[in-house]
Amino acid sequence: MKALVWHGKEDVRYDTVSDPEIEHPRDAIIKVTSCAICGSDLHLFHNLIPAMLPGDVLGHESMGEVVEVGSAAKGSLAVGDRVVIPFTIQCGECDQCLRGNYSVCRRTNRKGELGDKAFGHRTAGLFGYTHLTGGYPGGQAEYLRVPFADTTHIKVPDGIDDEKLLFLSDILPTGWQAAVQADIQPGDIVAVWGCGPVGQMTIRSAILLGAEQVIAIDYLPERLSMAAAAGAITINFEEESVLERLNELTGGEGPHKCIDAVGSENHVNFGQPDTILDRAKQMLLAENDRPHVLREMIYACRVAGVISIIGVYTGLVDKIPMGQAMNKGLTFRMAQAHVPRWTGDLLRRIEDGQIDPSFVITHKVDLSKGPEMYRTFRDKADSCIKVMLQP
Amino acid sequence: MPLTNATQIARSEGDPIVEKKGPSSLTGPDRLARALGWFSIGLGVAELVAPGKLARMLGLEDKEGLIRAYGARELASAVPTLSVDKPVGLASRIAGDALDLGTLATALRRDNPQRHNAAIATAMVVGITLLDIAAYTGVKAVHSRQRGSERDYSDRSGLPRGSQASRGLARRDFDPPADYRAEGKLADALPELVA
Repeated sequence: MKALVWHGKEDVRYDTVSDPEIEHPRDAIIKVTSCAICGSDLHLFHNLIPAMLPGDVLGHESMGEVVEVGSAAKGSLAVGDRVVIPFTIQCGECDQCLRGNYSVCRRTNRKGELGDKAFGHRTAGLFGYTHLTGGYPGGQAEYLRVPFADTTHIKVPDGIDDEKLLFLSDILPTGWQAAVQADIQPGDIVAVWGCGPVGQMTIRSAILLGAEQVIAIDYLPERLSMAAAAGAITINFEEESVLERLNELTGGEGPHKCIDAVGSENHVNFGQPDTILDRAKQMLLAENDRPHVLREMIYACRVAGVISIIGVYTGLVDKIPMGQAMNKGLTFRMAQAHVPRWTGDLLRRIEDGQIDPSFVITHKVDLSKGPEMYRTFRDKADSCIKVMLQP
Repeated sequence: MPLTNATQIARSEGDPIVEKKGPSSLTGPDRLARALGWFSIGLGVAELVAPGKLARMLGLEDKEGLIRAYGARELASAVPTLSVDKPVGLASRIAGDALDLGTLATALRRDNPQRHNAAIATAMVVGITLLDIAAYTGVKAVHSRQRGSERDYSDRSGLPRGSQASRGLARRDFDPPADYRAEGKLADALPELVA
């Protein structure tokens, strides 16, 4: 089959690889009809997340049709079922799955000892990601083996386009969880840093959850225009001071809720000198992430406010103002999205016409264009915000 | 060395195996920049480890310290050249090339017995400078964002009922889960105290 394969830093290829096969009774194989490139794929593209191997198949946002089912998954899945595959692999039986904390499933990381060493305690297996999370082959491919398939799928109805359903795999529940983590209350002013695909979903989720006002922060005009389309007030940090503008919009009190939809790779620019120092340290392997947004959120947030982190961080960060956070009584919530916890509800909202996630797709191309689309997405060229690929 | 080598991680049996490699996301200028980055490391190490030998070869015996400093400079410019921020590294390499040529010019004097070696080194640096310039202009061209040509997505709300009508729509049938609550009022938590 054809697949997008990681060969090293900035080196993604459209390769021919062997077809996946059922390896375990709980497995299923799906024929991928649509997949997407995620912002967190760029961390792999930049080789910022350790433990990738040349030859790893990428992709954790996929959907398709079931073509083969293992004996133990047959009660839940049948050949021909249309499914979206969550980026997290969950057993559905461990204590964390039973709590709804699917992204920290205790059993699906098949390289759990490595996960234990890297994170202290293993997290769930993820598709198309580092071997720290199991190194499972991803879904930017013609076919995908789904382990624990009886609990790792979202059945979706016919009659709704892939474009509206695909993002149940990741960015829609991720953006939703970012807003839920913030515990948005009616009347809240919510600031969202980062207007990439997850930020865009977060903005819509915050509005649906009743935020009085959403403020969207980025520097790319096309992304800010998409944020404004949902009714957000926008701040272009290359043109104005984020802190001054936030204070102006909140009567000097700061936003009630601050959401980080940027994570590891903050834009580096002279207007935010700490980003330059972070970038230099990152190059010298002295720091993993560039946490400018985290610093700014802690400073900007209203006292007793909530900081919700959904942007992916990879490891060590420097100079986090914990004194300000502690003295202001801030609450921090963060996690990789517990996808299946939200998808039933979100699918209903898509069917009900409350949200149409297809708005975020700016590029829809054949899977064979994947390597150049990684470049286009990374370079933010051609006003690219979200790439959908079709094998 | 990648962590994967150090930890001896291996792909699991049954995972897809590459049968035929296809087109890569790496462009020609990216590959050239990468080669120049590794060249920087090689030259930088040589200048740091054996500045005396290089100085004697070029007839620059009084400039050992300077050559060692140039070695450190080469390593410093190799880091960004090998990173995703290649233009920064390549620009610093071009500036370094100018310094190298300036220094080599002093070795081209007629009374230098190693003048022939210095002339060869100068020609090599001129060639490398041209490659650096080609790589710099190449990566800038293939990774440019064309500012000013951004599309306007202000018609993409994603909220079919409109922004205002959608505000709070989910609250009708969605309560934040108990384990996600961060807000609360004293009256809710301790009603007897408030009463």
